Amino acid sequence: MRTFAGVEDEDKWLAEGIAGIQHNAFFMHRALDANNLREVLKYSVLMLSELRTSKLSPQKYYDLYMRAFDQLRQLEIFFKDESRHGLPVVDLYELVQHAGNILPRTYLLCTVGSVYIKSKQAPSKDVLKDLVEMCRGVQHPIRGLFLRSYLAQVSRDKLPEIGSDYEGDANTVMDAVEFVLQNFTEMNKLWVRVQQQGPGTVREKQEKERNELRDLVGKNLHVLGQIEGVDLEMYKETVLPRVVEQIVNCKDELAQYYLMECIIQVFPDEYHLQTLDTLLAACTQLMPTVDTKIVLTQLMDRLSNYAASSSDVLHEFLQVEAFAKLSNAIGKVIETQLEMPIVGAMTLFVSLLTFTLRVHPDRLDYVDQVLGACVVKLSSVPKLEDARAMKQVVALLSAPLEKYNDIVTALTLSNYPRVMDHLDDGTNKVMAMLIIQSIMKNDSCISTADKVEVLFELIKGLIKDLDGTNTEELDEEDFQEEQNSVARLIHMLDNEEPEEMLKIICVVRKHLMTGGPRRLPFTVPPLVFSALRLVRQLESQDGDIAGEDVPATPRAVFQILNQTIEVLSSVPCPELALRLYLQCAEAASDCDLEPVAYELFTQAFILYEEEIADSKEQVTAIHLIVGTLQRINVFGVENRDTLTHKATGYSARLLKKPDQCRAVYACSHLFWVDDLDGIKDGERALLCLRRALRIANAAQQMANATRGNSGPVTLFVEILNKYIYFFEKGNPHITPSDIQSLVELINNEMQSDNGNTTIHSDPFFTSTLRYIRFQKQKGGLMGEKYDPIKL
Amino acid sequence: MVLVLALGDLHVPHRAADLPPKFKSMLVPGKIQHIICTGNLCIKEIHDYLKTICPDLHIVRGEFDEDARYPESKTLTIGQFKLGLCHGHQVIPWGDLDSLAMLQRQLDVDILVTGHTHQFTAYKHEGGVVINPGSATGAYSSINQDVNPSFVLMDIDGLRVTIYVYELIDGEVKVDKIEFKKTSTTNSAP
Repeated sequence: MRTFAGVEDEDKWLAEGIAGIQHNAFFMHRALDANNLREVLKYSVLMLSELRTSKLSPQKYYDLYMRAFDQLRQLEIFFKDESRHGLPVVDLYELVQHAGNILPRTYLLCTVGSVYIKSKQAPSKDVLKDLVEMCRGVQHPIRGLFLRSYLAQVSRDKLPEIGSDYEGDANTVMDAVEFVLQNFTEMNKLWVRVQQQGPGTVREKQEKERNELRDLVGKNLHVLGQIEGVDLEMYKETVLPRVVEQIVNCKDELAQYYLMECIIQVFPDEYHLQTLDTLLAACTQLMPTVDTKIVLTQLMDRLSNYAASSSDVLHEFLQVEAFAKLSNAIGKVIETQLEMPIVGAMTLFVSLLTFTLRVHPDRLDYVDQVLGACVVKLSSVPKLEDARAMKQVVALLSAPLEKYNDIVTALTLSNYPRVMDHLDDGTNKVMAMLIIQSIMKNDSCISTADKVEVLFELIKGLIKDLDGTNTEELDEEDFQEEQNSVARLIHMLDNEEPEEMLKIICVVRKHLMTGGPRRLPFTVPPLVFSALRLVRQLESQDGDIAGEDVPATPRAVFQILNQTIEVLSSVPCPELALRLYLQCAEAASDCDLEPVAYELFTQAFILYEEEIADSKEQVTAIHLIVGTLQRINVFGVENRDTLTHKATGYSARLLKKPDQCRAVYACSHLFWVDDLDGIKDGERALLCLRRALRIANAAQQMANATRGNSGPVTLFVEILNKYIYFFEKGNPHITPSDIQSLVELINNEMQSDNGNTTIHSDPFFTSTLRYIRFQKQKGGLMGEKYDPIKL
Repeated sequence: MVLVLALGDLHVPHRAADLPPKFKSMLVPGKIQHIICTGNLCIKEIHDYLKTICPDLHIVRGEFDEDARYPESKTLTIGQFKLGLCHGHQVIPWGDLDSLAMLQRQLDVDILVTGHTHQFTAYKHEGGVVINPGSATGAYSSINQDVNPSFVLMDIDGLRVTIYVYELIDGEVKVDKIEFKKTSTTNSAP
C-alpha cells in the first residue's frame, strides 16, 4: 500500500529512480559495446529494478517507465543480433528467466519474446500466450498495468492477424483476439484495484490517478478494433460479449463509464447497430452511480450521424428495430435507477427524441411515443419544480418545432399538449411564445378549425389566466409583447374556403373571449379585421354558401362582429370600439346591408355620446364618423338624414371653437358627395359653411376679448378654400361674389390687427389667392367661372 | 442625393402580422437618411424597428396608433424641399385631391405626404405634389378593396425629386418612377 506523501517527496523519489536508471544504463551500454551478454543482463536487471518502486503516483511512474522503455529498445536491438551475443533466441528466452525478481524478469522476457516472434522460430500465438500468462506474477496494480502495457506495445505489430507476417494456421485471428482480450481483462482488474481507502480529499486524488491510467486499459479496445480479420460476426459472438462481461463484472463505476464510452467510440457504428441488444443490456446492468445518460446519448448521437451518412442505412435501423430497443432500454434505466432525479430522465428523453427526429423524422408515431413516455414519467412526480428539468422539457417540446418547421405537424402529436400541461405556468407561457415565434418565423399558415383549436389549447397560458396566475403580477412590457404576439398569430390562421374560415373565426373568438378585460384590447382588433376580410371575400363571390352550423354569409359574420365589439365595453375602451364599429359599418354598406350598417352607426354614436369625454378624442372621433358617413351610400333618405343631423350636431357642440368650426365645415361634405348624383344638396352644404363662418367669427371675437388682438385668420382661409371647392364642383348656391366677399373679409381681418402693427402676410391666404389666379388664367369653363372674381 | 423613405398604415398587429419579407430584406439600415411615416404603425415594436433602419424618424398620428403623443401633422425641410406629413383621416373627404391640396397650401409645403387610403398615389397639382405611399403591409382598408403592399423612396437632389414606388404584386416587387422638379426655391406655379 502506497502512502500519500507530499509532492516534494515524490519528486525526490522520482529523481532517485531516474538517477538509478541512468546509472545502470551507463554500465549496460558499456557492456553492450563490449557485447558482453552477462554484464548486459546484470545491469539491465538492476536498471529495471527501479521500476519495482511503490512510492510513485501514476504520472511520475510513467516518467520513470518511459526512460526504462527507451533503454529496452536498445536492448532489443542487441538481442536481435545473434552475432553479437552468440546465443540463439530460444536459449536467450530461457536464460532471462533466471533473473531474480519477477518484474525485471518479465520485462526482459517480453523484450526477448518480441525478438523471438520476429525470428519466426515459434508461432506468434504461442509466445504471446506464454507472455500474457507470465505477467500474472505481477499483481501490484500500477506496476502490473505498466508491465502489461509494455507487453501490448511490443506485441502490437506481431499479432497473428490476417495478412500479417505472423499469420498462423486456421483460427489465427481468434488467437490474436484471445491474447488482446486476456491482456485487457487482466489490466482492467488491476486498474480497478488502484483503490485506497481514505478521507474525502484523498478519494479525489485517487480518482484523478485512476483517470491518468485509464488510457492504458482503453488502448486494448483500440487494438481490438484494428485487428485485421475481426468482422462483425466475431465482434458479435466473441469480442463484445467478453468485453461487456468484464465491464459488468468488475462493478467499478469509473471503469464501467470509461469502457462503455470507449466501445462506442472505437468500434464502427454499423457494429453497434447490429449489437444493440448486447450493448443496451450492458447499460442496464451498470452500477447505479454510472451516468448512463451520457453513455446512451453518445450512442444515440453516433447512430444518428450514421443514419445521416446514407439512405441505405436507414433500412438497417428499421430491420433491427433500433428505435424500439433504445426506447425500451431507456425506459428500463429510468425505472431501475430510482434515485435518478427527474432532470436525468428528461435529459434521456431529449436525447431519444433527437435521435428519433434525425433517424425517423417521418415516423410521427415514434415521436409521439417518446412524448408519451415522458408524460408517464412526469405524471409520477407530484409537481415539476426543478428549473433544469423544466429547461429539458422545453428543449423536448422545441425539438419537433425546429425539425418540422411546420407547426401543423407538431399539432398532430397527441402527447404534445399533455407534456405542456406539466409545465409550470411561467414556463408554459415561454413555450407558448416559442410556438408562436416558430409559426411567425416559418410563415406557417394554420388552415383548419381543428388545428386552430389544438393550437389555442397549447397556448392557453397566453390567452387567459390559468389557475394560480394573476395578471396583475405581470410585467407590463412582457404582457404587451405576449398579447401582441397572439394578435399577430391571428393573421396566420387562414383558409380560402369561407365556411372553414368562418369556423376558424368562431374558434378563435371562443378562446379570446376568455381572456378578460386586460387582453381584449389587444386581441379583438385582429379578430375583427380577419372577419372583415372574410366578409369582403364573401361579397366578391356570387350567392350564399350554405355551411353546417353557421351558414357563411356576410350577415352572419356581422352578427359575430357586433357581439365581439360589444365585449370591449367590459374593458372599457370606447375609442377602439367606436373605430371598429365604423369599420364594420362601411363594410356593411359595401354589402348593401342597410339595417346592419345603421345599427353599427347607432352603436358608434351611443359610444360617442355616452363614453367619449376627452375633447381631443372627441375631435378625432367626429372626423372618423363624418369621414365614414360621407362615403356610405347604402342609406335611404330618412336614415341618412337622421345620421347626418346627429353628426352635424355633435360637430357644433365640440368644446373649442376652432374644433367646432372645422368639424362643421367637414360636415358640408355629407351633403355633397361627388360620386353620387343623388347627394348633391348645395343648399345644405352651404348652410354648413355659413355656420362654420359664424363660429369662426365668434372665435375671433373671443380672441379679441381675451387677448386684445384677433387671432390668426387660418379658419377663415380654410372656409374660403371650402367655398372654392364647392364653387368649382358646381354648387349653384355659391356665387363668385360669395368668394369675393370672403376674400375681402380676410383682408380686413388681417389689417385690423390692432395690437400688432406689423402686417404679416399669411402664407396660406397667399397661396389660396395664387390658386385663384391660376384657375382664372386657365381659361375655358374654369376661367369663365372665376372671371367675376377680382383680386 | 438624399434618400427619404415614406411609408405607413402598417397596422401591425391589428390587420397584419408583419412587413412582407421581401420588403424587410430591402430596408437595410444605413442606406436611408430620413424616414417619414404617415402613421398607424400601430405598436412600439414597429417604431423601434423603423428606428433601426434610420434614426431620423418622423411620425404623425394615425387613428389606431398606440402612442397618442405623435403630432397630428408635421413639416420639415430636406434640401430644397419643404415636406408636410399628415395621416389623412383628418382631411374629409378621405383621399380627395382638392381637399389635400388645401392642406398642402395650409402647411405651405412643396411635397405633402399622407396615408389612410392604403392606395399609392402621386399627384402633381398647382401647389405641388401630393404623395400617398399606401400601406407597407397591404393591410385591410374599408376605403380600398384591393390593397397591395407598397412604400415610397424619394431621392431628393437639388431642385429635383425622383419618387420610386415599390409595390408587391403577386409576390413580386415592382418598381415605378416619377420625377418632379421645382422651378425655384420658393413656392410658385411650376
